[in-house]
Amino acid sequence: MTQSNTSAVDYNFDVVRQFTVMTVIWGIVGTFVGVLIAAQLIWPALNFDTPWLTYSRLRPLHTNAVIFAFGTSALFATSYYVVQRTCQTRLFGGKLAAFTFWGWQAVIVAAAITLPLGYTTSKEYAELEWPIDIFIAVVWISYAIVFFGTLIKRKTSHIYVANWFFGGFIITVAVLHIGNSMAIPVSAMKSYSIYPGAIDAMMQWWYGHNAVGFLLTAGFLGIMYYFVPKQAERPVYSYRLSIVHFWALVSLYIWAGPHHLHFTALPDWAQSVGMVMSIVLFLPSWGGMINGIMTLSGAWHKLRYDPILRFLIVSLSFYGMSTFEGPMMAIKSVNALSHYTDWTIGHVHSGALGWVAMVSIGAMYHLIPVLFNQGRMYSIRLINIHFWMHTAGIILYIVAMWISGVMQGLMWRAVNTDGTLTYSFVESLTASYPFYFIRFLGGVLVVAGFLLMAYNMFKTIGAKDGSLQAVAEA
Amino acid sequence: MSSFWNIWIWVLTLGCLAGCFIILRYCLKNFAGVEEGESMGHSFDGIEELNNPLPKWWSNFFLATIIWALFYIAWFGLGAWTGISGWRSSNQGILNIAESKAKTAEYLAKDSGVLVQYDREIARANEKYGPIFDAYAARSIEDLATDAEALKVGQRLFIQNCAQCHGSDARGTTGFPNLADKDWLYGGTPEQIKETIMHGRQAVGMMAWEDALGGEQGVKDVAAYVISLSGRSVNADLAKAGKAKFGICAGCHGSDGQGSLALGLPMGAPNLSDNVWLYGGSKRAIEESIKYGRAGVMPPWSNILGEEKVHVISAYVYSLSQD
Repeated sequence: MTQSNTSAVDYNFDVVRQFTVMTVIWGIVGTFVGVLIAAQLIWPALNFDTPWLTYSRLRPLHTNAVIFAFGTSALFATSYYVVQRTCQTRLFGGKLAAFTFWGWQAVIVAAAITLPLGYTTSKEYAELEWPIDIFIAVVWISYAIVFFGTLIKRKTSHIYVANWFFGGFIITVAVLHIGNSMAIPVSAMKSYSIYPGAIDAMMQWWYGHNAVGFLLTAGFLGIMYYFVPKQAERPVYSYRLSIVHFWALVSLYIWAGPHHLHFTALPDWAQSVGMVMSIVLFLPSWGGMINGIMTLSGAWHKLRYDPILRFLIVSLSFYGMSTFEGPMMAIKSVNALSHYTDWTIGHVHSGALGWVAMVSIGAMYHLIPVLFNQGRMYSIRLINIHFWMHTAGIILYIVAMWISGVMQGLMWRAVNTDGTLTYSFVESLTASYPFYFIRFLGGVLVVAGFLLMAYNMFKTIGAKDGSLQAVAEA
Repeated sequence: MSSFWNIWIWVLTLGCLAGCFIILRYCLKNFAGVEEGESMGHSFDGIEELNNPLPKWWSNFFLATIIWALFYIAWFGLGAWTGISGWRSSNQGILNIAESKAKTAEYLAKDSGVLVQYDREIARANEKYGPIFDAYAARSIEDLATDAEALKVGQRLFIQNCAQCHGSDARGTTGFPNLADKDWLYGGTPEQIKETIMHGRQAVGMMAWEDALGGEQGVKDVAAYVISLSGRSVNADLAKAGKAKFGICAGCHGSDGQGSLALGLPMGAPNLSDNVWLYGGSKRAIEESIKYGRAGVMPPWSNILGEEKVHVISAYVYSLSQD
């Protein structure tokens, strides 16, 4: 936790502080909505018979809140911080950086209002209607100007690897968002996609899977490449590995979308290529995990007393697990069992709660004291408790979804000797209830952990400048 | 697929795999200018990077997946080429069921080397399970309705295909008829039930009657009369006025509201003199039915399930109303 803040460069940390605080707050909101809809699957009455609180409207609110409010705020905060520190220069763009903060929060608020009201394009993770989409594009291009402007005026000779990932994610998300959101407006809050039929489905999953691949993977690898070596105080394991896995990752991910459309009207060759590229992607994904975990060489003992490092390293383990599971699920014959079941939900959450949330939480715990002139967080013990609550929550969640997912897949395909199906759909649903309850418990633990984090954060921010001293450990 | 798009697909797919191969080869060599395991010599905010080689198991595994990718593509095809195996998941570019069936028969007959997976699977399933249903189809529905084994099969088919609307216990819900009672819209004989399932039914006569009945008051009058038919007490004046206007309803529902089935007519107009109400029997629900009309649809199942399976389902449905 030794972080020297004495630097000749006058960094712009205002916008970093704003995004950091909002990351924690949106983390609570996003996961709380998740727990609410998980509860609705067990107790449907929890929609209180109001259209605004029905599962169908809150589910996109949950996904948008965790991906675009929580996750993307974490990316804004860390990328703005890392690009300044590793380029040794102040953020480019002056007020434009502030605009990206207020603009992005406005997008989130617009989503939180319009989704429960039922305004939706019905495209997963791209539900927001066209006026909001246009505004997102404006904020995102401003983000790109701020980020790349800072890179251009850097004081260092090279561009650090974390910034390759941040840069790659910013450019690709712009292309994905604009490409997939092309629509013809028919009224102020309704539009129709310009793409027909199977092409629309392909565009949607080209976008959808790369929201995972670039926003939730490449962007967060950028976080990993700064905060893991920094927290471990060790050099990055292999420069050459970072080059090959970066280029292979960004060139292969963009092909993986069709694996969401196996056994549909998508042409056979497109399904085949989607599966092939997903499998070739497995090793480049693991390249990032290896580089992160091996960076700990010579510093493994720090895991004994540093819960922040624990968050970061366990996030890499979950990353490795989900990026192994993903290519397996992309294989057509495995997908025939897993598709449309809870297995997919489990897979997404081992990535989202395990990788994305844990690496963000670790980075936030590293960042908060630095940004608010403290030597450490208010309570290291609370970080540790948060770590165990979050980890237990994830394990409950994904194990429950694995079991119910595989069970559903097997029940749906079971046939009697006369060729009729053994189970009706409702029977598979009834059998899933116990697992829905376990998933709900896991979610409660995750939200409770976030609440602890918020308490710890506000205590740290509220403490007198420099009053929290780093504790030397051996 | 035009040749432009075909070339586009080939160039991008192979180019991406080749690019991965080239960058892997490049990074396997120590191009960095410093000893392996040493620092690259640059530091970013205190972070250094080591020049460690790629883990051998990792680079070999990566290479193996790239080579496997080429074999997979060669076997299953890319762009306009269906590959060495000639495999395809289904008949593509076909616009209707008749065309699809003709194509399937053609492929299966001459064993053309084109492997259409869906058709093969269906053919295999028909081969395995077909005889069971052929045997059932050879027996009468009344006979099957007394065969516990056949009824079990029928129930399973019903639960998978019919329960979504008619309910798991076949007792229906608002808008979807109860099949377990003795009240029928299109007839409850085995032949009538089978015809309903095979070809579907569409209730077309119950249009919006408000204008024809002279507005809101007319709807209220007729509703009162309809309610009185099943013996419930209503405002006698309204019912009297309604009876006078019931003439236009009698064409389908019969002069006493006994329904089209009692008249031997196939339009599915319900019996209004019993206490079974497809769309609800409250005053409000009946007024709504008269005011806005109703248009129930039972889809045809002959193309989806085939006559043999419909035959078994018919026996199950028929058995529900037998004591």
